[in-house]
Amino acid sequence: MYGFEPNEEQGMLVEAVRRFALNDLRAAAHDADEGGELPPALIQKGWDLGILQASIPEAYGGMGEHSAVTGALAAEELGYGDIAAGMAVMAPATFAIPVLLAGTEDQKAAHLPPIVEGAWKPYASAFVEPDFDFYAGDMRTAAAPNAQGYVINGVKAMVPFADRAQGLVVYAALDGKPQAFLVSPGTEGVKIGEREKLLGLGALPLFRVQFDSVHVPAEARLGGADGHDPAPVIAASQIAVAALAVGLSRGAFDYAVAYAKDREVFGTPIAQKQSIAFSLAEMAIEIEAVRLLVWEAAWMLDAGNDASKAAYLALTGASDMAMMVTDRAVQILGGHGYIREHPVERWMRNGRGVSTFTGLAMV
Amino acid sequence: MISFEMPEKLQQTVTLMTMVAENMMRPVARYYDDHEHEIPWDYINFMHDANKQMGGGGFVPSDKPKKGNGGEPKKEGPRLAYQRLAFSAEVLSWGDTGLYLCSPVGLLGAAAVAATGTPEQKQRFLTRFGGDKPVLDAMALTEPHAGSAMPAMVRTTAVRDDDWWILNGEKIFVTAGHKALIDTPGFIVVWATIDPSAGRAGVRPFVVESGTPGCTVTKLEHKLGIRASDTASVVLQDCRIPFTNILGSPEVEKKTTEGFKGAMATFDASRPMVAASALGVARATLETLKEFLAQKGIQVRYGLPRSRLTSIERELIDMEVLLRSTWLLVLKSVWMMDEKKPNNLEASMGKVRAGDVVVKMTQRAVEMLGPAGYSREHLLEKWFRDAKINDLYEGTGQINRLIVARRILDYGRDELS
Repeated sequence: MYGFEPNEEQGMLVEAVRRFALNDLRAAAHDADEGGELPPALIQKGWDLGILQASIPEAYGGMGEHSAVTGALAAEELGYGDIAAGMAVMAPATFAIPVLLAGTEDQKAAHLPPIVEGAWKPYASAFVEPDFDFYAGDMRTAAAPNAQGYVINGVKAMVPFADRAQGLVVYAALDGKPQAFLVSPGTEGVKIGEREKLLGLGALPLFRVQFDSVHVPAEARLGGADGHDPAPVIAASQIAVAALAVGLSRGAFDYAVAYAKDREVFGTPIAQKQSIAFSLAEMAIEIEAVRLLVWEAAWMLDAGNDASKAAYLALTGASDMAMMVTDRAVQILGGHGYIREHPVERWMRNGRGVSTFTGLAMV
Repeated sequence: MISFEMPEKLQQTVTLMTMVAENMMRPVARYYDDHEHEIPWDYINFMHDANKQMGGGGFVPSDKPKKGNGGEPKKEGPRLAYQRLAFSAEVLSWGDTGLYLCSPVGLLGAAAVAATGTPEQKQRFLTRFGGDKPVLDAMALTEPHAGSAMPAMVRTTAVRDDDWWILNGEKIFVTAGHKALIDTPGFIVVWATIDPSAGRAGVRPFVVESGTPGCTVTKLEHKLGIRASDTASVVLQDCRIPFTNILGSPEVEKKTTEGFKGAMATFDASRPMVAASALGVARATLETLKEFLAQKGIQVRYGLPRSRLTSIERELIDMEVLLRSTWLLVLKSVWMMDEKKPNNLEASMGKVRAGDVVVKMTQRAVEMLGPAGYSREHLLEKWFRDAKINDLYEGTGQINRLIVARRILDYGRDELS
C-alpha cells in the first residue's frame, strides 16, 4: 500500500536533524560561507546525530540498517539548514555507503568500522570531472588493469577534504563502465591541487585532484575482482543530492514566506498581493511534488528495484525546483535578496549547483 | 510509513479500466469529437452493465464495511476508495476525457451526496446507479454572473414551503447536465441560498431529480474540447423539490459558516479527480510522443546531463518529471482522503499542477510533431483541446492558487483575495 508519512523512528531522527539544522547550521552558515571554513565542533555535532551510523549494520560498527528513505529524510533536513555543512557532516557517507552497497565482505569489514566508530573523520569521494559535459557513464578518468591491480589516470573536480582525507572513493572508467576504487590519498601519483573557488558551497573545502599513473592493488576495486554494478551507487548519490535540494528549497520558501508576511508595500504585507502569494503557492507546489519524486526513488532503491531512472528524474526535477524556488525567494526579497546579509542569495548560488553535485552526497 | 508499493487491488482496477479505455474509448474518441452532442450510448450502456456486474457501487466511495461470505464484516484492509477513483479517472481519461465524463457511475453530483448526504439520502439518490437503466449525475454551481466567486455569490434561491423547497435561478456550465436531467433518470446537485442575507452561511447544495417540473435545460454549449460531454444551461423556475433533498443542515448558522464549509468539502474529493483525469491525458500524450519518435528511431537516453541530450530528449525527460511528480502529488491527496486526513491544501496543489502540466505537455506535443501534431489524423490536437478544461473546471488554476496561497500563508479570505 501507499504511505506518505515517516514512521516513528524516522520522525524522531528528522526532528533531531531539524533542530540541529535550525539552531546550529543556520547560525553558522553565513560566516562559514564567507570565511571558507566550518567549525570542527559543528561538523562533530552533526556527526553525533548518528545519521550514517544508523544506516550501517552492527556487524560493521554501526547501529542499524541501510535505508535510502531514512537517509533522504535526514538529508532534506540538513539541506534545510545548510547544504554545504550538510555535505561536510555526511562526507564519510560518500565513502561508507558505496562500500556497504557494493563492497566485498573484506572491504566492508576493513573500511566501515574505522569510519563509523568514534569521531567524524575526513573520508570522501572523487566523482565529478571538470568537463562541461561530464557524464558518469562516460568518465575520462580511466582505470587500466595491470599485473598487480589497476592504474588510474585522470582529473577529478570538487573532491571534499582531499587535503586531509583518510580515504577516497575514486570513480574511473574500466571497460567502458564506471567503477569505484578505494584509494589512500597518500598513494604515489595522487596530486591534490589548489582549493577550488566556486559559485557556492563556500564553506566546504573542495579540491581538484589529479591522478597521475596511480597504482592501486586489485583489492582496491569496489566489489573485488568482478567489480560492482555502479547503478545503485550513482542512484544513491542522485537521491541524496536531490533530497538536499528539497531541504534547501524548503528553507528558501519558508524564508520568503516569513519575509513576505512582514514586509509592507502600500500599507499591506506583500504576501497579500496575488503576484507574491501566487508565486509562493507555485513554489510550495513545486517543492511538494519533487519531494515525493525523491522519496519514491529512495523507496525504489530500498525495495531493491532498479532506481536508476527514478533517481535521475528526481535529480533533474530537484535541480529545476532548486533554481526556480531560490530565484523566486531572492525576487520576493527584492533588493534585499541580493544582499549577503540575507541567506537567499547563498541558497540561490548553492541551488544552481544541484545538477553538478552528484557524488558529493550519498544516502 | 513511506511506501510507493501499489496495492494489487489498484493494479487490478488499472488493468480493467485500461481494457475499457483501449476497446470502448480510443476507437470512438475521434467520432464523438466530430459529432458534438451525439450521445455515446455504446459506452454508456457498456459502463452501466459493467458497473451492475460489479455490484452497482459505481465510482461513489462508500463507508459501508464490505460483507464477507458469512455476513461478517470483511477483515479491514487499507481504505482505497478514493485512490481507486483517482486511478480510474486517470486511465479512463487516458482513453478519452469527454467519454469519461459520460460515465454512468456517479461523478461530481454523486460525490457531493456521498460526502454530505444522510444515509437516507444516499439510499434515495445513489442506489440508482446500480439500477436497470444507466444514470448520470451532475453538479450545478456556476451562474451566468459568477464562476470562481461561487458558491459565495450564489443568486439561485431556495425558499421553504412546508415540506418543499422552491428553487429559482439559472445555472450554466453544468457538465453532463443534459444527460443527468433529460437522457437518463439521474439528478443534478444545485447550489442555492436559503437566506440571501446570510451570505456564504446560507448556501447549500440541493438534489434536483430528472423530470422535476420547473427544471429545464435551455442550452448546450459548443466547446473547444471534451465534446463528447454535454455542457448545459439549466433554468429553475418555481422548481419544487422535497424538503429532504437539501444536503446538509436546513438551518442558517449565522455566527459560523460550518454548514457552508462542510459543503465545500466536496471539492477536496472532486479536485483530485480532475487532476487525475488531466494526468491521464498527459500520460497519453507522452506515450504517443514516444511511440511516434520510436518509429523514427529516436529513443530517449536517460541518465545523461542536459549538455549531452538532444532538444527532444530534454523535452521528454522534463515532461516525465512533471508527469510523475504531479501524479504522486495527486496520489497523496487521495490517500489522505482515504486516511480521513484533511487534504484541502494537497487537493488544490494537485489541481493547479495537473492543469498546468497537461496544458503545457499537450501544447508542446503538437508543436514537437509539427504537421503531424497539428493534423486531425492523430489525437494529439484533440488532447491539446481537451486538456485545457482541466485548468478551468472545479476551480480555475488561479482560484486553486488562491486556496494554496491562503493555506501556506495562514491567511483568511479577508487577508488574501
